[in-house]
Formats: sequence, structure tokens, C-alpha cells
Amino acid sequence: MADSSQLVVIGAGPGGYAAAFYAADRGMTVALVDPSPNPGGVCLYRGCIPSKALLHVAEVVNDAKHASAWGVSFAAPAVDVIKVRAFKDKVVSQLTGGVGQVARLRKIDYVQGTATFKDAHSIDVALVDGGTRALRFEHAIIATGSRPATVPGISIDSPRVMDSTAALDLPDVPKSLLVVGGGYIGLELGSVYAALGSKVTVVEMTDGLLPGADRDLVNILAKRIGSIMEAVLLNTKVSSVKEVADGIAVTFDGQLPEGMPKERTFDRVLVSVGRRANSAVPGLESTRVKVNQRGFIEVNAALATAEPSISAIGDVVGDPMLAHKASHEARVAVEAILGERVAFEPAAIPAVVFTDPEVAWCGLTENDAARQKREVTVARFPWGASGRAITLDRTDGLTKLVLDPKSERVLGVGIVGPGAGELISEGVVAIEMGATAADVKLSIHPHPTLSETLMEAAEVFFGESTHVFKPKRK
Amino acid sequence: MATEFTLPELGENIAAGDVVRVLVAPGDTVKKDQPLLELETDKATIEVPSTLSGTVKEVRVKQGQKVKVGEVVLTVDDSGGSAAGATSAAASAPKPQPAAAPDSGGSSQRVQEAPPATPQPVAEAPAEQKPRRGEVVDIRGAARSAPTPPPPVEAESDLTPPPAAPSVRRLARELGVDIRRVAGSGPAGRISSEDVQAFVRSALSGPGGGAGAAAGAALPDFTKWGEVERRAMSNIRRKTAEHLSNAWVTIPHVTQHDQADITALEALRKQYAPQAEKAGGKLTMTAIALKIVAGALKKFPQFNSSIDVARNEIIYKKSIHVGVAADTERGLLVPVIRDVDRKGVMQLAAELGAVSEKARAAKLSLDDMQGAGFTITNLGGIGGTAFTPIVNWPEVAILGISRGAHQPVYVNGAFEPRLMLPLSLSYDHRVIDGADAARFLRWVVEAFEQPFVLAL
Repeated sequence: MADSSQLVVIGAGPGGYAAAFYAADRGMTVALVDPSPNPGGVCLYRGCIPSKALLHVAEVVNDAKHASAWGVSFAAPAVDVIKVRAFKDKVVSQLTGGVGQVARLRKIDYVQGTATFKDAHSIDVALVDGGTRALRFEHAIIATGSRPATVPGISIDSPRVMDSTAALDLPDVPKSLLVVGGGYIGLELGSVYAALGSKVTVVEMTDGLLPGADRDLVNILAKRIGSIMEAVLLNTKVSSVKEVADGIAVTFDGQLPEGMPKERTFDRVLVSVGRRANSAVPGLESTRVKVNQRGFIEVNAALATAEPSISAIGDVVGDPMLAHKASHEARVAVEAILGERVAFEPAAIPAVVFTDPEVAWCGLTENDAARQKREVTVARFPWGASGRAITLDRTDGLTKLVLDPKSERVLGVGIVGPGAGELISEGVVAIEMGATAADVKLSIHPHPTLSETLMEAAEVFFGESTHVFKPKRK
Repeated sequence: MATEFTLPELGENIAAGDVVRVLVAPGDTVKKDQPLLELETDKATIEVPSTLSGTVKEVRVKQGQKVKVGEVVLTVDDSGGSAAGATSAAASAPKPQPAAAPDSGGSSQRVQEAPPATPQPVAEAPAEQKPRRGEVVDIRGAARSAPTPPPPVEAESDLTPPPAAPSVRRLARELGVDIRRVAGSGPAGRISSEDVQAFVRSALSGPGGGAGAAAGAALPDFTKWGEVERRAMSNIRRKTAEHLSNAWVTIPHVTQHDQADITALEALRKQYAPQAEKAGGKLTMTAIALKIVAGALKKFPQFNSSIDVARNEIIYKKSIHVGVAADTERGLLVPVIRDVDRKGVMQLAAELGAVSEKARAAKLSLDDMQGAGFTITNLGGIGGTAFTPIVNWPEVAILGISRGAHQPVYVNGAFEPRLMLPLSLSYDHRVIDGADAARFLRWVVEAFEQPFVLAL
């Protein structure tokens, strides 16, 4: 006899557990299925959270080094990898344990195992502890997330060739590390290893780091990355990877800097070339759920699949693959299941790259505007003119507003600089509320803070920024 | 002839700066004082203005590069004068500017223009159609083209999120409103929840409904057919228009007609008129109708009700207050006579006389005009055989009285001249069924014919 619940959520990442919790709060009986001991998913176990713990360590190392410029010198850091790893693991277990506790308090049936669809109203769960459990449901939400993408011939089976999950395990601090892919995962993890003492080389196929992001933001980050990495190879591909006695021999294909050999051996290689949706849910073919050519489950604006009883959220339904997008979708999906007229229709989804400096943006980017051939006015405030940035000795920042020239509405915000990830939320609120440049300009921002750069960027738009001299265009 | 533009002195102790942005490209026409570069120096970020005019030939600096004072930034071809230069530049420019873009100086970016979503009846014509100074423009043509924005604008607005807060977008979705069709009343066309609600109200009024909707359609030019005069609507007129169009679109109206034989009643009325006059009133058919209606409302309480749509409830009123439409110089006013059921005809006649006087003297207070559960409108003094009054929302029924006239009525095998009073009952079909309306009006007719039924 199968257990029955109103809602089954498959996958307990930040999308899945948010959906389960919210549905329980709204009075539904909920089962949450995931192979991990606690809810959390990639984000808590092998993504956002552990990487941020390690990036915090990296930041302290870098700040200590930087302090010598202000007359405070520390000895070179002695890194105890075991303790660093333990700190990271403690962060993960504290957070996942807490989420698990909250799930129990909500009386959610947490089923540790892997689900297989039998039909549009039932699944079998292969339990981690052995055996199977059959579950019936009125509604299901698929929130199976994504996994690191692999590249044939490069993602070879060797402990020295890591994906982001393996790199976060922090097996050691290799003398030399090659990061394949100059996206946000590669740059974040590459920065961690560089701070801990590895000589890091980044290789990127396209002509710039963080493909897709606006260049004026990336340029500032690239300067810093260039100074902490041993080398950044752009327009370059990895043509072959071979395990040799003392490491991984890599052959590059592209315009290498002078004196750089085409073939080099690295202690370790991190392959971070993107993520793939986990849409191959077992038994999905026994439902009417459709998967598109790019491997994403097809959903409508209310996150419903082609099978009326099944919704899907998060990485498995499409880009951007971000935890906060998934958890927002989770609520929309639950509300739609409850019969409310809702849609996932954000005006801005913030993206944050937690490098040093951080890069963050939301809403319309300049790249988008150019692609859409739409006229925008961009107001930039360089952090060289920010009092707070100068006190931090970190003027390598920029805040910009992408504005509609006619209505003067804020359509997009881009920030690079320390703390950009925290600052971007104001941009999200401004865009969501339909704020104009005047609204941002007329809102008092505390002094001296980096948040003032948003206000001053709005002032730049009017040609009247206090700290940037930029005469009005006549 | 190409001239080199070198980085000029920027200020005390500034020897160099990092190029944040190059603001011009080869082929661009530049004027003196136009900004060419954004430069970040140790002290501030500054824009470097041009000292030359002409066409940019070559840009020698890149974003991110350090430039020293005196270093060549770009070269400008200043031969053929700016006009010729501009033409050749346009022909050879690698990235031609779209036709609608501002001039190459990029100076007209912040043109004040109404956002496309504003609810103005006459929106601006598309940019290409904008008149040059001195050109004669057919304004009516512009007005006609206004409701359909040019396609590129539409495509663009689809990509731009509507200027409404997430809570407002959700409200719109709940109400089944496409937020993009709602005109925002806030700055930059920002849409408030009130705007969404107003949109729903006007949408419910359908095409041509409501004063607002009527204003939306373009009027013909009446002066083509003769002289006209425009006058502002008075407050009362505006309120009446709003109120009645709202009632008309909210309430599914039906009008039931009947006739009452008031031959006997008219004789009585004449007989008692002097007595009423002594009491300070005028014994009119309206005063008698008030008393009859009060009796009918007691008998048929659903005619003295209101609908609470939001809560799916019908509100029955225990007291009987009846409005009486009064034709005044300033327009239609409806004073209310309270507790009609507890007053005699003489007293009602006196009160009616008093409020009518007040109405004509423009002395009615708001209080005098609120709280009715039913309305009587008597046009009999003027004439007419029947009409279809509009229910005075939130009431659910209204009794219209036309002019009584002698008609041949077949009584006991022969035609007799009888004084017949035409009655028209409009009602809200949501709460009142047709049969009930017929019964109500029959009851009223019988009461006119046999006032004795009032005492039953």
C-alpha cells in the first residue's frame, strides 16, 4: 500500500526544499525525496555554501597580505588544509542539519533515496538504506537541479582531474592548478586555490573571462585575476589531457603568451565549463513531461509541465542556474498548485560572482541592450571617487546604471568591487519597483558606504554627481 | 587633412589617466567641446572634451589603457568642413546609426517625451513623422495613428518589464489583467494597484461605456459642419456621467412597463389638495407614489437591497428611505425622504415640497442625498408615455412615472374614458427575477387603483 501525500517534491536543493516547506506552511501534506541525509542539494553541500566558506578564508589571507601596504605586516600564512576543510565541512553540516531540523518541525516526510516515476501520480523511491518505498501524490514538483558538465577527452578519469564538487573537497593545495573555463565557478575556485598557495592558470576558449557579462565590469575583475593567477589564457582551448607520472600533461591550442610552452604539466586540473540539467529523471517517459533539446524540462510561466499533475523548478527548467531563482520559482509553483493565478515573472534576477572583487548585475545588461538594439543611457560611477572605497584601499570598483533614456527608468544595474553581491539587491528592488534615476538619486544613502555609489551613479546620469566631474552633454 | 588630438593638461599634478571608455569611433563626427574619452585619474574621473571639429579618422587608445598628457589620443580629419565631413562619414562608417538615432553628437538622448503607455488620448506621433518646424501637420491624422504604437516600440516594450511593483503585477494577474495594457499614473508610467483597479472598472464598462471610455475615442471635427462652442462639464454633470455609466455597466437592466388606472385616485388627490396645502405641501402624484412604494418595498424586500459582489452577499435594508429625482437648473439631483413607511401622505407631501425647494436653491447637503434604498423619477409633469430609467446604484430598482392620460378602457362590456398612469420599473436582474418585478409592479398598480390595499 503506497503512502499518499498531496505533494511530492523530488530533489531537496534550494528549489525543492523551499517548495516543500512553503507547501507545508500552506497546509499541504508533503514528501521530500533526496539521496542526501539532509535537505540542501548542490547549493548547501557542494556549491554556493562550501565555496563561500573557502572564499572567506581566501579573503582573510589576501587582506592579511594587503595589510603590509598599510604598515601592518603578518608572516606568510601557514595553511593547514585539514583544518580549512574541517571549517568548510562544519559550515555545511551546520546549515544542512538546520534545514533538516526545520523540515522535521514542519512534519515533512523526508525520504532519503532516488525517485522513479511510475505514472503521473506515483513514484517508487529506491531508499539509500535499502528497499523501496512507493509514494502516491496529487501533485509533484521536479527539482532535480544540475551537475557539472564534462568535456570528453578532458574530464578524464583521474583523481587529479576534478570537477567543482571534487575541488570543493579540497584534497590538498596543489603546487600548480589548471582551471579549464573562465566562468564564475572556475574563477571563484581558482581564487581560493591561488590564495591558499597554488599557482593557478586559467584557460578560457572565448576572448574574455565571464562570457556574457558586461566588459566594463569584467575588465576590472580581470586586472585583479591577472595579478593573482600565474596566467590567464584567452582564446585558448585545451586540446588534450594525459595523466603522466607527476601530474596531468595538458596541450593548449591557441595564441599563447610569448615563452609559454604549448604543453605543460599541472598537479591538478579543475574542469569548470558549465552545468547540465538533471532532466533524465528515471521513469519520466511514463508521464507526459517534455524535455527540450537543450536538456531542460519544459514548463509554462506557472512552472507546470505538460503533465498537469507535475511541475518543475530550478536548474532543471533552464538558465540562469541560480539558487535564488529556484527558490523563488518554488513559491510560484506551489501557489499555482494551490490554484492561485501566479507566474514567474521577475523584472530582475541578480547574478553574483563571488570573486575578489565581486561582480554582480541584474536586469538589463549593456550586452543585452546591444543585442536587442535598444537605446539605453549608461551612468557609471567609478569607485576611485568613493570615499568608502578609498578607506578600504579598494578603488578597483565600478557601479553603473543602465537606464531608459526616455522614461529614465532603471532597467539594469551592474557593480564590480568588494561587496558588490550585497550591493546589487538595491538594484533589484529599484528595477522591480520601476524606479527612475531620480528616485535613486533622491533616496538618501548612508555615508561613507559603498552603497552611495548607486546614488552617485544616478547623479552622474543627471551630470551632477558630487564626486565625479562630468559636464552635462550639450 | 588629419590633425592629431593629444591629451591636454587636465589639472594640477595630473600627468596621466586610465581610459575608462572611448566615447567616439572612427567615422564619427565630432565637434569642439564634445567629450571624447572618460579618463580615470588619481583624483577623479573626468571627461576629456575635444578641441577639434571634424571626422574621427583613427582612435589610438583603448579602454583600460594608460594615457599620458601630450600623448596622441586620436586623429581628426578636419578638411571639408563639418557638414561635408558628416556626409562622407555616414557613408564610410563601419556601424551605420539607425535612422531614428539622435544626431551623431549623441546630445539629444534625454528628450522629454511622454512614455508610450500614458493614457493620453493623443499620443505623440512616431519619431519619423515628427514635424519639422514650420511644417504643416494634420493633427487629426496624428490622433488617429496614436492608439497603435509603431511596431518597434511594441517589440521593445515586450522586453522591458512593465513599470509595476511585483505586488501590483501579481494583483493584475489575479484580476486577469494584462499589466502591459494598464496605463500607469505614476512617474515614468509607474503602475499602482489603483491603476490596475481603475483599468478593471473601465474594462468592465466595455467599448463605448463610461465617460472615460467615450473620451478615449477620437471625436470628429464638428466645426466642419458648423460653428461649435465648447464648455467645461459642471461638477454635477461629471458626477452624473460617471455615476450613471458605472450603474449602466455594472447592473444588468430590465425595464417592466405597466399602467395604473388612477381615475379614482386623481379625484381624491384633488379633493385633499387644499388640506395638503394647508399642511405646507403639495399633494402630488409623486407624494402618493412614495407612500405606495414604501408599502411595496415592505412586501418585496429584495427591491430594497444591495449586492455585495466581493462577498457574494445581498444586503437587505430594514428601513425604507426613498430617493426622488429632482430636475434642477444645475442638473439632476436625488434628495432622499427617510422612513417613508412611517409617514403619512400629507407629511410626505410637505417633506417632498421642502427638499425640492432645497434642491432648486442648491442647498441640499450630501447627507440629504445619501442612503436611499429605492428611487422614484417622475417625468409626468413634462410628458411621455414610457421610459427606461437607469437604476441608481447601489440600489437595485427604480420606478419611472410618465404622464397620466385619458384612455379608452374596456370596462363591463363598454369603453370608458379612464385616467391611466404609465409606470416603468427598471431593476437589477442579478437580484430580481422578471416574475418578481412583474408582481412588484402589479402590486404598485393595484395600490394606485385601490389605495385601500396599503392598509392590508
